[in-house]
Amino acid sequence: MRDNKNKWLLATSAAALALGSASLASANTLQNTLERGAVQCGVSDGLPGFSAPDDQGEWQGLDVDVCRAVAAAVFGDAEAVRYISLNAVERFTALQSGEVDILSRNTTWTTTRDTTLGLNFAGVNFYDGQGFLVSRDLGVSSASELDGAAVCIQSGTTTELNLADYFRANGMEFDPIVFDTSEQTVGGFEAGRCDVLTSDTSQLAALRIQLSDPDSAVVLSDVISKEPLGPVVRQGDDQWFNIVKWSLFAMLNAEELGVTSENADEMRDSSNPDIARLLGQDGNYGEGMGLDANWAYNIVSQVGNYAESFERNVGMDSPLQIERGANALWTDGGFQYAPPIR
Amino acid sequence: MTIQYKMIEARPAPSNTVGPVAWLRANLFSGPVNTIFTLLGLYLLYLLLVPTIQWALINADWVGTTRDDCSREGACWVFVSTRFTQFIYGLYPRSQIWRVDVTFAVFVGMIAWLMIPRLPFKRWVALATLVAFPVFAYVMLYGGHFGLPVVQTHRWGGLMLTLVLAVVGMVGALPIGILLALGRRSQMPIVKSFCVVFIEFWRGVPLITVLFMASVMLPLFMPTGVSVDRLIRAFIGITLFQSAYMAEVIRGGLQAIPRGQEEAAAALGMSYWMRMGLIVLPQALKMMIPGIVNTFISLFKDTTLVMIIGLFDLLGIVQAALSDSRWLGFALEGYVFAAFMFWIFCFSMSRYSQYLERKLHTGHKR
Repeated sequence: MRDNKNKWLLATSAAALALGSASLASANTLQNTLERGAVQCGVSDGLPGFSAPDDQGEWQGLDVDVCRAVAAAVFGDAEAVRYISLNAVERFTALQSGEVDILSRNTTWTTTRDTTLGLNFAGVNFYDGQGFLVSRDLGVSSASELDGAAVCIQSGTTTELNLADYFRANGMEFDPIVFDTSEQTVGGFEAGRCDVLTSDTSQLAALRIQLSDPDSAVVLSDVISKEPLGPVVRQGDDQWFNIVKWSLFAMLNAEELGVTSENADEMRDSSNPDIARLLGQDGNYGEGMGLDANWAYNIVSQVGNYAESFERNVGMDSPLQIERGANALWTDGGFQYAPPIR
Repeated sequence: MTIQYKMIEARPAPSNTVGPVAWLRANLFSGPVNTIFTLLGLYLLYLLLVPTIQWALINADWVGTTRDDCSREGACWVFVSTRFTQFIYGLYPRSQIWRVDVTFAVFVGMIAWLMIPRLPFKRWVALATLVAFPVFAYVMLYGGHFGLPVVQTHRWGGLMLTLVLAVVGMVGALPIGILLALGRRSQMPIVKSFCVVFIEFWRGVPLITVLFMASVMLPLFMPTGVSVDRLIRAFIGITLFQSAYMAEVIRGGLQAIPRGQEEAAAALGMSYWMRMGLIVLPQALKMMIPGIVNTFISLFKDTTLVMIIGLFDLLGIVQAALSDSRWLGFALEGYVFAAFMFWIFCFSMSRYSQYLERKLHTGHKR
């Protein structure tokens, strides 16, 4: 009898799961988004250069531009986005439960996240990696000289684990000093509690600005971990997955072809077939995603190409002054490579 | 011998018993130990106040629009002044801000009406505040009716959100708390055990857990596509949580009323609700003012916890502003501003409660 009961429970829960996944799979995110009139985008609760509200209350950042690109592709209006700020813990739940349709929140692409959470990573909009900020007075030029150093860490398990891995692999000792927030970490570094501060390189740039004398510290060129950051969508809606993926690719292709938000209109008359295909002058490449032929033109003219977005938010036109480095196009020695639109 | 027909004028008291000098001597320099401690205290005050004032006022930068206007020698209040609108209204669309202003003006007007003793029609105003105002506030703040564009709750923020959360929490928690307190003292076993379980459950979990459950777990139990607005989830969480605390404060007040009061009322033939509403509660609530205000103040400050579910209350919006790459490194200014705003509100609440206590004082205090 008890066995029977258990079987019943199993069967019903399996049925419930199947039903649940069926409803997820059939969920038409594009349709829902069109009905709602806005893309629901999960962003951070404030991350310099990636997503933060400016003094006008508008969201700005590299991650925000992904949301805007998708909105431009879907609605032809980059402002048709509903931003929902999420912290690190609730971000996946919010995506799974349908509270947001894109999670563009500085999220590292890992096996576990990609395969066990029912989510898909739609690409990489920033190749990050854990690096080191050292005081200039220390006279250190490479991370391999850091044996015995006191290291300030902002709490967050991967940062700590990567650090431990790196030091162990190189047979070095370190003394970890863990802080909760970036202000505390900077304070600890400045007060001399540690010789080195470690975090993702994108964050180090922001931390460095907060020092009372930013020039007193340097970011070492060593990177000890792979942190590919990208937008995430729910598994099971391939159309929506494609839209997000190709919105990102459109920005990269635009950069590669030299199309910017300024010259997008003139470029529509270009004789280059690649540009014509990108800007919807030759065939309709949005059709397969349920979009119109102008999808990529709308992205580039309203949000800009990848280079514009990068420089505006985290690069040389921003206070963060992060170099393109790994995020340069493949033609310039970086990793950013988008499949062609054809 | 001369006879004095006039009264001798009262002479002034000796100078060492009146005036500031005497006060100083009596209170600060009455002995060697006191003198040492006074001087030590003054020195500490000097150490503390001088750099603070220098940082916050003298060396501070007040005017400007960008980071370059900050000399970094003292506080840079430019950061706060350029963001002031945002700290007050959050991400509420700039063109719609008048709606928030009107709502709060009406609210303040109604509260002032209730607080000023001379004004008439108190009962009607109170009814309007409790019944009509929430509807009015919803229509104004959220919109969607009478041609007002909808402002999604994820755009609400700043001081406005803090106040909305606090007011909803207070208005919701007080009546629920009273009912729970009465229920817990009830003779009816089911009512009583329900109230005990409810109170002990909500008191037993931290607010941060409640909010976390509401924001992380609850959506997973909902059918796909159905999502309850996160602000409403926060409202429900905060209200239920605070009502449990309120219930215990009120139960404490109820226990202080002698049993004879209720028995006398029963002897007059009053029903349960009449006994409670006319005899017991008016006496009890008066005594509970410090406790209730205490709970309200802690609720007001607890609203900052909604930050962890991604709502930008006053503290949250300050923190979000700190992550603007154009304004990195002004954390101290931002937090000082937030602390100051919170202090203003909490201090006024506690002053009003003291006034209320004096006004309702009928010799029950010993």
